[in-house]
Amino acid sequence: MGNDAQTPDAAASVDFEEVQSTERFQELRKRHRSFVFPMAVAFLLWYFAYVLLADYAVGFMSTKVWGNINVGLILGLLQFVSTFAITGWYVSYSNRRLDPIAAEIRHEIEGHEFDKNGNIVSGVAK
Amino acid sequence: MIGIATAVDVADLKETTLLNMGIFGLFVAVTMVIVLRASRNNKTAADYYAAGRSFTGSQNGTAIAGDYLSAASFLGITGAIAVNGYDGFMYSIGFLVAWLVALLLVAELLRNTGKFTMADVLSFRLKQRPVRIAAAISTLAVCFFYLLAQMAGAGSLISLLLGISDWGGQALVIIVVGALMIMYVLIGGMKGTTWVQIIKAILLIVGAGVMTLWVLAIYGFNLSSLLGAAVDTAGNPAVLNPGLQYGKTETSKLDFMSLGLALVLGTAALPHVLMRFYTVPTAKEARKSVVWSIWLIGLFYLFTLVLGYGAAALVGAETIKGAPGGVNSAAPLLAFHLGGPLLLGFISAVAFATILAVVAGLTITAAASFAHDIYASVISKGKADADTEVKVARRTVVVIGVMAILGGIFANGQNVAFLVALAFAVAASANLPTIVYSLFWRRFTTQGAVWSMYGGLGSAIILIAFSPVVSGATTSMIPGANFALFPLSNPGIVSIPLAFLLGWLGTVLDKKREDTAKQAEMEVRSLTGVGAEKAVDH
Repeated sequence: MGNDAQTPDAAASVDFEEVQSTERFQELRKRHRSFVFPMAVAFLLWYFAYVLLADYAVGFMSTKVWGNINVGLILGLLQFVSTFAITGWYVSYSNRRLDPIAAEIRHEIEGHEFDKNGNIVSGVAK
Repeated sequence: MIGIATAVDVADLKETTLLNMGIFGLFVAVTMVIVLRASRNNKTAADYYAAGRSFTGSQNGTAIAGDYLSAASFLGITGAIAVNGYDGFMYSIGFLVAWLVALLLVAELLRNTGKFTMADVLSFRLKQRPVRIAAAISTLAVCFFYLLAQMAGAGSLISLLLGISDWGGQALVIIVVGALMIMYVLIGGMKGTTWVQIIKAILLIVGAGVMTLWVLAIYGFNLSSLLGAAVDTAGNPAVLNPGLQYGKTETSKLDFMSLGLALVLGTAALPHVLMRFYTVPTAKEARKSVVWSIWLIGLFYLFTLVLGYGAAALVGAETIKGAPGGVNSAAPLLAFHLGGPLLLGFISAVAFATILAVVAGLTITAAASFAHDIYASVISKGKADADTEVKVARRTVVVIGVMAILGGIFANGQNVAFLVALAFAVAASANLPTIVYSLFWRRFTTQGAVWSMYGGLGSAIILIAFSPVVSGATTSMIPGANFALFPLSNPGIVSIPLAFLLGWLGTVLDKKREDTAKQAEMEVRSLTGVGAEKAVDH
């Protein structure tokens, strides 16, 4: 099962286990997971903290802060802000830390550097 | 005073029927021309299911917003805020935050490993047959519940917008909506469907934006005065505080937790949303799509906050509840209050377009899943060529369309909110654990996937069947009977952890190991986009 955008023979002969074991791929994997996992945990905790407060701390959430604006509304709007902020953060992280290394590995695979049949083509196909 | 003014409102509403129909007709005509033009080069399976992967991230992001912001979002949330105040707002937050799951954990990796459907990814490194069948069944279940809710919603919407209150008239409108949807999907495939969604998203967001500015202008762009006016009209300061709807009992508080869990974990596992990621050429464009949709959806939900409290202040909760269409009529009534028949006509047409676009997206997803996962991979065991597969998909579109029409007519007037909640809960329980495990857990096996998917799907449906939405309460589907053994309306808080647990248990108890080469291939592909991006790089 692959993607129809690829030429059928391009990936068939690639030794993916070899790619997976390379230091660079491990680095890419680490960079990806060390960002998305903590971030996913953080925003889920923050969201459920908000839901729990709205559910069980109605008095606190109803505290007026400014005019008719109460704590609940501010925390709710902060959920929007944090969602937008995490989105922006992830995009800039991917552009800087993930995309370049992913593109490098991709070019090497497509340049047959990891050919199963052992006919290693040196250099990166561009 | 308010009562008299609004009594006139509702009566006037019916006189705008012709205008509403005219504006809606215009939308249909314009989109049909675009769909016809877009369908000219629909040749291959990739064209039909994935729009030839030709859309840009921003186009697809707009289409995702168009697919996601259903009539339930627009009419339902505005109405919920207008009537229940703050608790309505909490829906929008769940619907938005959920997109971070899609952005961080699912969208790009899925784009890199799959082809057309969710099952492509789930069965990538596991045994094709059992996993594909399970994924297809849960896809069809989610699409069917969602579709039924939209079609039934169309019926009740019509009673307000077109002033058609008799059952036969509403059935006729459901047939018209269904027939139009079948035409769009048959002719236009994914490309046509995408354009309908893009146009609809723009109309919806612009329309809601104009109304938002209008409401804010009335209150001198001061949110605090708007909230104050909402309190004055409602005569109840609690509309600004949480708990009006869900704070009544301990059970209802737990129910809200359950709903929150289903919303936040369900979105990234909705098959019709996942399928949209295949319409872009690269993972980077998939990422851009999600970023666009997060901004558009976030903006839209901020609008609904103003619109909801605006309707509470300017129209009043009592009038809204008394109008035909009930809570759902808040946004149209507010439009009428602000801009008279013309704005009402526009907003009504947008609401129709919304239903049309969402049902089209659901139908093509269900048809693709049947043709690609069940017919091509299981029934004909991979021997069917792409042409036959697309032919099967087109026939499936007609079958699903007819089923949706009949289901919509049958479910018209029923309590439909549970169908949407069920769709999210099923998606979160049946699909998300397997998506996450197969992308991130090397050891995950076929048995884990099958246990998790059937366990999640089954427990969600069984719990709903024994919940107060089906029996035992005045608002139930079957108010006369009482077999509500499960106290919550949403099964998520039980079925989602259960599905994660089953996925883990099925895997550790599985004596068979999966192919490590396939796991390596999936991981490398998902992170680097090898193969999937070739066409662009060279």
